[in-house]
Amino acid sequence: MATVRPHVGRERPSGGFELYSWYFFRLSGLLLIFLAIGHVVIMHVINTVDEIDWQFVADRWNSPFWRAYDWLMLFLALLHGLNGARLAVDDYIRPQGWRILAHSVLWTLAIVFLIIGSIAVLTFDPTRFQAIAHAGG
Amino acid sequence: MLVTVRVQRFNPETDSKPYYQEYTVEVEPTDRVLDALNYIKWYHDGTLTFRRSCAHGVCGSDAMRINGRNRLACKVLIKDLGPKITVEPLLGFRIIRDLVVDMEPFFAQYRAVMPYLINDEPPPVRERLQSPEERELYDDTTKCILCACCTSACPIFWTTEWLGPAAIVNAHRFLFDSRDRATEERLAILNQKFGVWRCRTIFNCTEACPRGIQVTNAIEQVKRRILFEQS
Repeated sequence: MATVRPHVGRERPSGGFELYSWYFFRLSGLLLIFLAIGHVVIMHVINTVDEIDWQFVADRWNSPFWRAYDWLMLFLALLHGLNGARLAVDDYIRPQGWRILAHSVLWTLAIVFLIIGSIAVLTFDPTRFQAIAHAGG
Repeated sequence: MLVTVRVQRFNPETDSKPYYQEYTVEVEPTDRVLDALNYIKWYHDGTLTFRRSCAHGVCGSDAMRINGRNRLACKVLIKDLGPKITVEPLLGFRIIRDLVVDMEPFFAQYRAVMPYLINDEPPPVRERLQSPEERELYDDTTKCILCACCTSACPIFWTTEWLGPAAIVNAHRFLFDSRDRATEERLAILNQKFGVWRCRTIFNCTEACPRGIQVTNAIEQVKRRILFEQS
């Protein structure tokens, strides 16, 4: 039985990763409540799914505010979810090999999705899509 | 009233795994589960093994799973359970026999938080004074009787080795005591991965505590204390 041992004559554990992960959990959760409710209200209550098309997104992402809003939601939701899944892995997967694999998959997926999402938010050019829409239509 | 008590039995010398045995006993509705167990042991089956000592909810010996919830057998009345009662040993510990579990891992975690007052300053002429407000901060966590109801109700404790709620409650009792001087050392112990950060605020511990300690609240207070002391 591995018990937590008293730190006799030892330095306080450095880093405090778990402390900041916990704090991030609380803050991101609080922010996500408002971000996600705002998102649902705009996308599904004020507007309906039928009205949302390329043009809607292009108009919306003309404003840096909405880009920042969506990117913040993406960033917080991904890391909040990653953190939760990381803790579930820590709690329930015992064999070392499977733990390493599960952690690797989680971090890789989170980073890849974060990069793809960030590219979409940052490089989206509304004028280009308007041009395509007009050319096509 | 006649009640059926279904008890999980296990004798390591003869059984490969635990099994259930039913006893029908005549009890008063105002009797406690402990009275029913005593009745079984004294008049039906002397081999039934369980711990009990004070029988008044203070020593913490007879913690067990009663109808799926961690309770003290000496505090639960038959009339609150109905005619069918299931009694099982605490989860998350090795069963020694019947309802008796090996509590050593629990006490090892308890000892790890240094559950005693540490103050190397020279003692004053009279007592170390403390205001009622200072005393109030840790009043709730002084009520712990170390029965392990909270720790063995914690789903994280079932799967992972960590301090567990009871050890953190007892760390809280000294962390928030104005006379204690070992805040740094204790916080360093609690700030480990297997310290308070294993808590997922599931609240099973608070529900289970027979002393009504707000266990999850105490754990959250310790987390916030670490956050504020670190920054």
